[in-house]
Amino acid sequence: MDIATHVFSALYQFGDAFAFLVLSACGLAVIFGMMGVINLAHGEFIMCGAYVTAATVHAGLPLPLGILVGTLVSALVGVVVELAVIRHLYDRPLDTIVATWGLSLIATQGTLIMVGSTMAGVGTPFGSFQVGDYSYSIYRIVLFCAALGVLAALYALFNWTRFGVLARATIQVPHMAAALGVDTRLIYSLTFACGAGLAGLAGGLYAPTMTLVPTMGATFIMEAFVTVVIGGADVFLGTAPAGGVLAVVKSVMTSWQGQLFGQIGLLVAVIIVVRVLPKGISGFVLRERT
Amino acid sequence: MSKSVLRGLRAAALTGTLVLGSSLGSHPALAAENPIKLGVLEDQSGDFAAATIGKVHAIQLAADEINKAGGIMGRPLELVPYDTQSDNTRYQEFMRRVLQRDKVDVVFAGFSSASREAYRPIVDQFNGFAFYNNQYEGGVCDGHMIVTGAVPEQQFSTLIPYMMEKYGKNVYTLAADYNFGQISAEWVRKIVKENGGKMAGEEFIPLGVSQFSQSIQNIQKAKPDFVVTLLVGTAQASYYEQAASANVNLPMASSVNVGQGYEHKRFKPPSLKDMFVTTNYIEEIDSPKSKEFYAKFKAKFPSEPYVNQEAENSYLAVYLYKQMVERAKSTKREEIRKVIALGDVCMDAPEGKVCIDPKSQHMSHTIYLAKVGADHSISFPKVWEDIKPYWLGEAGCDLTKKDPMAQYTPSNPPPKP
Repeated sequence: MDIATHVFSALYQFGDAFAFLVLSACGLAVIFGMMGVINLAHGEFIMCGAYVTAATVHAGLPLPLGILVGTLVSALVGVVVELAVIRHLYDRPLDTIVATWGLSLIATQGTLIMVGSTMAGVGTPFGSFQVGDYSYSIYRIVLFCAALGVLAALYALFNWTRFGVLARATIQVPHMAAALGVDTRLIYSLTFACGAGLAGLAGGLYAPTMTLVPTMGATFIMEAFVTVVIGGADVFLGTAPAGGVLAVVKSVMTSWQGQLFGQIGLLVAVIIVVRVLPKGISGFVLRERT
Repeated sequence: MSKSVLRGLRAAALTGTLVLGSSLGSHPALAAENPIKLGVLEDQSGDFAAATIGKVHAIQLAADEINKAGGIMGRPLELVPYDTQSDNTRYQEFMRRVLQRDKVDVVFAGFSSASREAYRPIVDQFNGFAFYNNQYEGGVCDGHMIVTGAVPEQQFSTLIPYMMEKYGKNVYTLAADYNFGQISAEWVRKIVKENGGKMAGEEFIPLGVSQFSQSIQNIQKAKPDFVVTLLVGTAQASYYEQAASANVNLPMASSVNVGQGYEHKRFKPPSLKDMFVTTNYIEEIDSPKSKEFYAKFKAKFPSEPYVNQEAENSYLAVYLYKQMVERAKSTKREEIRKVIALGDVCMDAPEGKVCIDPKSQHMSHTIYLAKVGADHSISFPKVWEDIKPYWLGEAGCDLTKKDPMAQYTPSNPPPKP
């Protein structure tokens, strides 16, 4: 086997791990990283996106449209949850943990009771391609591109739009923003909805590749929290490099020693990063800059 | 809502009995009499629920039929179900509860081998009596347990030689990383070696992992003739979709898939094409007995997604228990074991005739080789009748003489006397 095959296979595995980490973490990065709400129901927003996507595809819509509907429904659920629960708990961060954990239990068990223990999959589109001895799924490349696209869109949203400026202002000094005439409650709702929608998008994108069960959110949650914790508060400067570092660790360890060591490597990397850079990667980058 | 109502709701939510408890009462005509209590500890939520809700339903079906026909020795059969939530500590908690507080006569419990090994010491400690109605990695030699599921000498000694003859001798094992996967992989290794083949590779996947790109590449690198997939839980089932979309295109062999998690129904064809499974029951089996069982099941539970092998194991276990109690004229374990020792506890189950082996208290089975086609239809290229659970007995486990309450494996056999 020649060098090019090896290089491509390593890149593919890196891209695959990167996409999974970044897509699972983006929604959480907005809700937890920016807003400081520890959202233990993050996995259930992902599950919601996946279920709605699969349901709309079963109803006859094409997959991209299904993913869009899944994203929007999750965002809508996010608005409702923010209005009903999260809004009252912004100054009680420990209580949000209990509340969102409760929501996650209700969502998992509610889905089990109402939709049943499993849902039929929708099948992965696009087929495969061959490089050297290995064949690869084209859809995994799509996922990688989607991860890059989401990062770029988030960067643009929070840096170049009016909503982004208002959101950052509201989250940094809420009273000052309110004094300047910003409707901070609305901004909080929209930001939370944005995070929930991103979770739904991750669910929709991964729905064709996974088994659809009420507990599927749990398989994303570890990776999501790990990425956000070592990424730190800034969505773009944190999540992207954190995803990159962890993807290297995970893909190298998994190809060397198997899945178990991939997971061990991930957790060891987190312990080291949190010890060396308590404010995460973005905290480190921003301190260097000022 | 008052505080006490809230507390009651919370307790009900914790034990999962709110909905089930109301629908599970025994037959009204018999309710007044002193019932025989059967504890049901199965995962009705969590990662394993898809494969195990059918077991609870099968037990309910059998109990209803028995109660309608007059119960066991005139006593009604009362179910005491708890949702173990795919969580090993819940098994320990509820096993103590059914044995100590509810004082059940017998317990039907457990899906994953980890949960079985979690509760088994408690059954031994409180001198209980439990049925494990699930296929597993074999080797449990414990007088407190009856195993109605199939074991490796029934599932692998049939499947692996067939696959090696048909596809070749290079075998790759992809297994769940806990006692079931590890010991099953040991069996595969042993049988492959005995048949002159070689292991192209092995990988163990932690439970809950759902992303398989690297494992898929490892398999392609090893170039096996077929892959033995011993993946457990719904997260790990994502492998098939991902392998199919990467065009791995290798035949697969398994003792757990299709027969438990009905992956061929859940995934879009052709992701499970050329999957071969040895199972003692699945709903596609085309015999009059099987069809009758399936029809009864669907009549009582019309929305049941699939009637799998563990549902049949659980169903027949209730009838076996009835037979043993009636022959022993007692629900005491020691009396029942005297009946088992006679060696003729058999019944006509939906799969065919099954008997309990007195030495190991495991079951003989009809083993069906199920093949999944490109359109996910099932065909049965081969059927082995009356395959006995011989390994434990041959290795030296004899529960009629001695009860070691232990689990053995090929590399850790019973001590020689």
